[in-house]
Amino acid sequence: MQDIIKPENLVYKKPALLNDNPMHYCPGCSHSVVHKLIAEVIEEMGMTERTIGISPVGCAVFAYNYIDIDWIEAAHGRAPAIACAAKRLWPSNLIFTYQGDGDLACIGTAETIHSLNRGDNIVIIFVNNAIYGMTGGQMAPTTLMGMKTSTCPYGRQADLHGFPLKLTEIAATLEGTCYVTRQAVNKVAYIRRAKQALRKAFEYSMQGKGSSLVEIVSTCSSGWKKTPEEANQWMEDHMFPYYKLGDLKDIEN
Amino acid sequence: MDNEILLMKGNEAIAHAAIRCGCDGYFGYPITPQSEVLETLAAEKPWETTGMVVVQAESEVASINMVYGGGAVGKRVMTSSSSPGVALMQEGIAYMAGAELPGLIVNVQRGGPGLGTIQPSQGDYFQSTRGGGNGDYYVIVLAPASVQEMADFVELSFELAFKYRTPVIMLSDGVIGQMMEKVVLPPFKPRRTDDEVRQQCPWAATGMRGRKKNIMTSLELEPTAMEEHNLHLQRKYQEIREKEVRCEELQTEDAEYLIVAFGSASRIAQKAIEQCREKGIRVGMLRPITLWPFPTGKLQGLAQKVKGILCVEINAGQMVEDVRLAVNGSVPVCHYGRMGGIVPAPDEIVNEIEKMTD
Repeated sequence: MQDIIKPENLVYKKPALLNDNPMHYCPGCSHSVVHKLIAEVIEEMGMTERTIGISPVGCAVFAYNYIDIDWIEAAHGRAPAIACAAKRLWPSNLIFTYQGDGDLACIGTAETIHSLNRGDNIVIIFVNNAIYGMTGGQMAPTTLMGMKTSTCPYGRQADLHGFPLKLTEIAATLEGTCYVTRQAVNKVAYIRRAKQALRKAFEYSMQGKGSSLVEIVSTCSSGWKKTPEEANQWMEDHMFPYYKLGDLKDIEN
Repeated sequence: MDNEILLMKGNEAIAHAAIRCGCDGYFGYPITPQSEVLETLAAEKPWETTGMVVVQAESEVASINMVYGGGAVGKRVMTSSSSPGVALMQEGIAYMAGAELPGLIVNVQRGGPGLGTIQPSQGDYFQSTRGGGNGDYYVIVLAPASVQEMADFVELSFELAFKYRTPVIMLSDGVIGQMMEKVVLPPFKPRRTDDEVRQQCPWAATGMRGRKKNIMTSLELEPTAMEEHNLHLQRKYQEIREKEVRCEELQTEDAEYLIVAFGSASRIAQKAIEQCREKGIRVGMLRPITLWPFPTGKLQGLAQKVKGILCVEINAGQMVEDVRLAVNGSVPVCHYGRMGGIVPAPDEIVNEIEKMTD
């Protein structure tokens, strides 16, 4: 037992920035993994004392309760405007927003596109679970065709609801973006890639290269009315074919 | 340049005063009749001199959230707009009040409702003095009546905004914004250094740098904690009511009748008072400079000495409600106002006073 707890035998530990507050996220939800990756990257970059996160309205509204850095809680959809000011007024700080699909791709579409297009040196982390989770599972701009939610109980159909919005593809066309990528966190290999993506985006922002958008295709087991395992499988079967993983833009490649 | 008398528009004076008083950032969206604020800043390029950030935002919604972000990181930031644009900002102003963030919002009012007109109005008195967004809050409202006050109130607004951690509104109008008058700009004052900001705003999200984390938020789901936060805000508003009332009296010593007017209406009323006195009617004026907190006590005192009060506004009668609340029936209170972009002429006001003397 004494051997196992020796520092040199340590294979995994919770990042110091992630505190012990019990998370309010549902079992099977992707938010907690994304939080952990952000905490790890900030710590590894040595930016703990100089990072400000902007939390959204949505399930991640309480992100500030879990990661021990300075935080600004935004009005619904307005995080990129807040981040723009925070970064321009204090360029030596690392500024990121953490937003869901309703926050970023619906009510905050204008703020998101214009911040990215201005090339604000910030990182937008976009957790896309194709549904409004916090309010109980309503249709989101990213809800897939045919997918059932409480406000499209017979399935999303084009004539009534239009089509799922690919904001990440739009972001890749904007001159102000330096790095646009779509990742997932449901498998170890994906988690590693997502962490590398976050690190790259954070570094680009501190190097003044422009805006980055890191989308994480995510689950919402409660909103999707599935067990955690079913939700992860459903994400692979239905979300990944429409929201394809990988880099959409990297100005260094 | 210091103490030099210049001739410029009220909107231009705001821009120059902002650069000179150490403003860190301006975020705005074009709208008539206040676009000269952003245009003047763009032409002056303060980012090359004082380091002040200037951003033309994608909307007034974005502008006010940039101000929210700037206040959250402890910086002196502002926006300006006109009535329909300020209506769009109300969400952000409520969030600033809830999260207790400083910032300056200049409203160069135009007529409404809706798209209304680009001509001057004072139709946003209710919106400004009653909070304007959701929830129980007030913002400090300063009403400039000259180009000089447009310049002077920028620094005053920032002082009050940081002293009480609250948004401050400068409620101007299209007359004051567009007219040219002589003005002496405030002396140059450097922007605070990052260290000074951290020292003066230990509550702000400036990056922890050794202290515990700061969270700028208006959210609290635990009812007892949220009620306590609301009570804290109300105690702050009470302190502001007690300490920050500002007003100006004109010829009230011998006045039989009192005009109450703010902003450009007070300038017109000043001319009407001259004309009344030429006719032998002794009229004075109380000009509220802070519309919230309203000079209730001062008005109650003056009401004891006059036969009647005429409230002159460029609206259908908004401040008159605060006047009536203050005097509480002790003296007759009449209202005279014009709307739709029409500004009352002095002789119309004289006519109203004469009706009261009948």
